[in-house]
Amino acid sequence: MPRSSKPKVAVYKFASCDGCQLSLLDCEDELLAVAGAIEIALFPEATSARADGPYDLTLVEGSVTTPHDVELIKEIRAQAKFLVTIGACATAGGIQALRNFADVKEFARVVYAKPEVLSTLATSTPISAHVPVDFELRGCPINKHQLLEVISAYLAERAPNVPSESVCVECKRRGTVCVVVAHGTPCLGPVTHTGCGAICPAYTRGCYGCFGPQDTPNAPSLVHRLKGLGVGPAEVSRVFRTFNAGAPVFKETSVKAEAEAVAR
Amino acid sequence: MTERTVAVEYLTRVEGEGALKVRLDGRKVSGVELRIFEPPRFFEAFLRGRDATEAPDITARICGICPVAYQMSACGAVEKALGVRVEGALRDLRRVLYCGEWIESHALHAYLLHAPDFLGYPDALALAKDHPDAVRQGLALKKVGNEVMTILGGREIHPINVRVGGFYRLPSPEEVDRMKTSLRSALELAEATVRFTATLKFPDIEEPYEFVSLRHPEEYPMIGGKLVSSQGLSIEQDEFEEHFEEIHAPYSNALQSVHKGAGSYLVGPLARYNLNADRLTPRAAAAARAAGLGKEERNPYRSIIVRAVEIVYACEEALRLLDRYRAPPKAAVDLPTTFPGGTGRAITEAPRGILFHRYRVGKDRRIEEARIVPPTSQNQKRIEDDVRHVVERSVDLDDAHLADVCEKAIRNHDPCISCATHFLRLDVERR
Repeated sequence: MPRSSKPKVAVYKFASCDGCQLSLLDCEDELLAVAGAIEIALFPEATSARADGPYDLTLVEGSVTTPHDVELIKEIRAQAKFLVTIGACATAGGIQALRNFADVKEFARVVYAKPEVLSTLATSTPISAHVPVDFELRGCPINKHQLLEVISAYLAERAPNVPSESVCVECKRRGTVCVVVAHGTPCLGPVTHTGCGAICPAYTRGCYGCFGPQDTPNAPSLVHRLKGLGVGPAEVSRVFRTFNAGAPVFKETSVKAEAEAVAR
Repeated sequence: MTERTVAVEYLTRVEGEGALKVRLDGRKVSGVELRIFEPPRFFEAFLRGRDATEAPDITARICGICPVAYQMSACGAVEKALGVRVEGALRDLRRVLYCGEWIESHALHAYLLHAPDFLGYPDALALAKDHPDAVRQGLALKKVGNEVMTILGGREIHPINVRVGGFYRLPSPEEVDRMKTSLRSALELAEATVRFTATLKFPDIEEPYEFVSLRHPEEYPMIGGKLVSSQGLSIEQDEFEEHFEEIHAPYSNALQSVHKGAGSYLVGPLARYNLNADRLTPRAAAAARAAGLGKEERNPYRSIIVRAVEIVYACEEALRLLDRYRAPPKAAVDLPTTFPGGTGRAITEAPRGILFHRYRVGKDRRIEEARIVPPTSQNQKRIEDDVRHVVERSVDLDDAHLADVCEKAIRNHDPCISCATHFLRLDVERR
């Protein structure tokens, strides 16, 4: 059924680098067409104009890291008909989730220049830990073509075509020589969610997991292979603890490897 | 006397979350607070214990708008700590990548964030309805910057091809040709951009800035060179912390830098231009002259012209570097296998101004301590001074209009608030 008016779109930001919302402005060829198909009702990074909610499509970047955020995301959800989280911060807590691994007692002893004026939580959590989310787009940063696909699918009232296979599949399709097999380079491709276009192996670098875990990852098997390449447990812990450190499989793997490193 | 408070609750068309509060006692400005409420983001704490070679990828995540700047300062500082030098063709490629980021970031600001202020629109999409060609030109230019970053860096946001010592993979001859073809068309668009910005109407004001930027013996500054100021400062990059210090204003989640004994200062395009106009490439220098930029340029609104001139420079310089490019034998310099431990510092010119990194690295190559001073925190105090002056001049306006002129005064400096908040000092005390 055709819509009677243009859908209202809002873009919100929590703790983040702004890179994922910038992806929308990076769609140089499509930006004006997209803007013609929707009403950008709220997008402070791009416009001073603002229209009140409720909003048809709400994009949320960033992770929840302050008491104020916890309240704000509930208000945003109440105004959002369809809420999409964009990027690793919003879907997994992002790099800010590294704080989740700090000893809470040690955190209490942290001293700032003027700590009394700061308001922050001891954890960085994804949006889905606080409110229901309708769709999650992965990546640090997201792939702008996937963002366009999500918006197009929303406009066409269909499900977005965003595959959840591993980076390996994309690498094979691209015809890239496997960096593990050919060069013995450690690579997280087998456990990592596709979407970036398998860029790192195409640049002879191992995947570093910036899209987070794929749907059916076999992390223990990959860890076994990494050890065979001479990667020690401390390093295994580190490579799983970057931009998706809070994603469950990556978290379990890094915690287990860390315990192993400590036991040595 | 009546007290009046003017507030901008959420600054728009800037990167990150900030607000502004101005207090007036009658006609006198009694307080200006640029309040950054972007949450604290503890990057220096996360860096502790990481391998020093991880610093470029981790610090890139401080800012999605200028990740290359973080990668360049991080590489420079870690390489100094490790005693590694990256020169010749590898240094040239780094500068080409950086040019890509300057083009992308400046085109974003000039067309999508700043130009609407001068032409009376809330955003570039509304601007595009009346001036479609101008906005299309801006997007085309921005796209070339992103293309350079995508080819050399693997992607435009958080590039993956940068490493301590150089790159993971060198560009193929076809990729070099593609960049050159795009940059040649961008150079024309950039010159048109300078002409476009020169037609805008600017308030006739000058600010008594102390400008601070790098100065290189031959190049317009980007990577390398001394740190200089318009008050005669000339120091090595390593001496930065001896001359500049930070204060933590209680209303903000970011520290503010001051030049010790001198107060606030300005970094960024205006500072670079005032201190290095003699280092511009020929077409950039000609474009600046034609646009009416003088040897000295102290009008913050005219920074949009300077940004456009810097886009011309970035296109011209990237072309010059790619024309002389011969593939080096390896994509990266080897890092030492053993290392006694040490500290490295580096400053590079992010699109918004100087970005300082310092790392103390242990002999296991783990980072023991990190310090990062981004451009926006350095400009924050100076931006407050600009706002104070604009309020003094505009005190008769009603609150809504006054808030609007304040927001424009802030936007002149393209503040990146996400950058400024990453670096709240986090000292861990172990007892």
